[in-house]
Amino acid sequence: MGSELALYPRLAWSRVRGQVEYRLSFVLMLVGYFAATVADFLAIWVIFLHLPLLAGWTLGEVAFLYGTSYVSFKLADMVVGHLDVLPTLVRSGSLDTLLTRPLGSLFQVITIDFGLRHVGAIAQAVCVLAVACVTAGVPWDAARVAMMPVTILSGTVIFASIWVLGASTVFWTMGNGLEVMNTFTYGGNQMANFPINIYAGWLRRLIAYVVPLAFVTYFPSLYLLAKEDPLGSPGILRFASPLVALGCVAAARFAWGQGIRHYQSTGS
Amino acid sequence: MRLYWEVFRHGFRRYASYRAATVAGLFTNTVFGFLRAYVLVALFAATATVGGYDLSDALTYVFLGQGMIMTVYMWSWWEIALAIRSGDIVTDLSRPFDYQSYWLAQDLGRACYHAVFRGIPPFLVGALVFDLRLPGSPLTWLLFVASVAVAVCVSFGLRFIVNLAAFWLLDYRGVGAISTACGTFLSGFVVPIAFFPGWLAAIAHVLPFRGMIQVPIDVFLEKERGWALVGVLAVQLAWAAALFAAGRLLLGAARRRVVVQGG
Repeated sequence: MGSELALYPRLAWSRVRGQVEYRLSFVLMLVGYFAATVADFLAIWVIFLHLPLLAGWTLGEVAFLYGTSYVSFKLADMVVGHLDVLPTLVRSGSLDTLLTRPLGSLFQVITIDFGLRHVGAIAQAVCVLAVACVTAGVPWDAARVAMMPVTILSGTVIFASIWVLGASTVFWTMGNGLEVMNTFTYGGNQMANFPINIYAGWLRRLIAYVVPLAFVTYFPSLYLLAKEDPLGSPGILRFASPLVALGCVAAARFAWGQGIRHYQSTGS
Repeated sequence: MRLYWEVFRHGFRRYASYRAATVAGLFTNTVFGFLRAYVLVALFAATATVGGYDLSDALTYVFLGQGMIMTVYMWSWWEIALAIRSGDIVTDLSRPFDYQSYWLAQDLGRACYHAVFRGIPPFLVGALVFDLRLPGSPLTWLLFVASVAVAVCVSFGLRFIVNLAAFWLLDYRGVGAISTACGTFLSGFVVPIAFFPGWLAAIAHVLPFRGMIQVPIDVFLEKERGWALVGVLAVQLAWAAALFAAGRLLLGAARRRVVVQGG
């Protein structure tokens, strides 16, 4: 574990070097990912042209939710988003090669790539978040300043764990239907971009609590923005994100471990 | 002609063989439909109409749009770019058929499959929960189907051009990401163009993207009537033709380039 952490930056750097080799393509990719996220934010902005408050939230506040969620989501995407190649590795048998090496299997799959291209999206989300930090009326104090990085980090870990959990199903399904995972990763981010009190109860329970996306941004943001919860949840939940993140890591580790144990090579 | 018909059928069958992917994609498209729908429900709780749409129009818009994602194939289609990268394109171009028409036929076959299996179900599930609108007149249904078919051609025209960029850029994903972002937003997919502020709507109106999403859905919602409707459909069709022609010119230029490099 320790040696893997030391090895990670070196492997990630080698992947990055390969990507920036095609300089024009890489710059275009950054611009493209930036533009894609701008489009998502424009949608929020367009909605607020027609009303002052969306279910009790101002544009600044929704921008704050959007920024925290998007930064977390894209950081996770950068590190583990390429887990969707796993079905290909399993079907082609390349996973077997990884299993014979003296490093963790999950570590090796994750280090196949490092999605530096997502920096384009992260940059856009950071800009929105920075503006939102000013316009959303956050009553800044030492506790809130400390809470910001904790929120982003917890959110990143929750998203990354969902990715690993989803990818672990590949060992049972051979990758059939892995697209369902998008509902919880991309869909989770889409959901967390807005205050969850706008969603119907069934949807909220499915994506906000079963998959604990409400802890990515909604609950910590209630604290950061000093807002009453329209849903009336207990105040303690606002500080529960790091614990939830740890729980997600445990669940993801367990699922991956079970998956590898269950895995039988395609044998071709 | 017989060849293209076979290619069309092949396009349909090819996608029909990925059943798990179809079900999984349907699930995702439908859940996303609900996520987007509730944003609009919150919007229309504050105001009765936006840009001439009421809540029912807007929800119909969302679930039709979710069904059209795969039908017009808005995102990630890189088969030609990959062939350029691998060099297989050289063999493909030397085959005795029209390369662009071949792909169009195959794409229309694919679109038929996706229209039925990815297009209709999200709408039906959405209709279970929300009050969605259906066109009153049979003519509207007919025009809607025609407009969706043209939307596929507009989308194909754009995708073909973007894929060919791989001839010059070696990597297609950058241009791809930019065109996807423009297409997603300016087609009216994320938010109807009618909700845009005037200047942004004006930009969207002179670009081809709205022919992929906004135009067919507005036909379905009967937002345009009479000559205005004819005009909108004519512009959509003109874009499809213009993009097809532009793709052809670009392929010609690329072909000369391949010959120059000739390996």
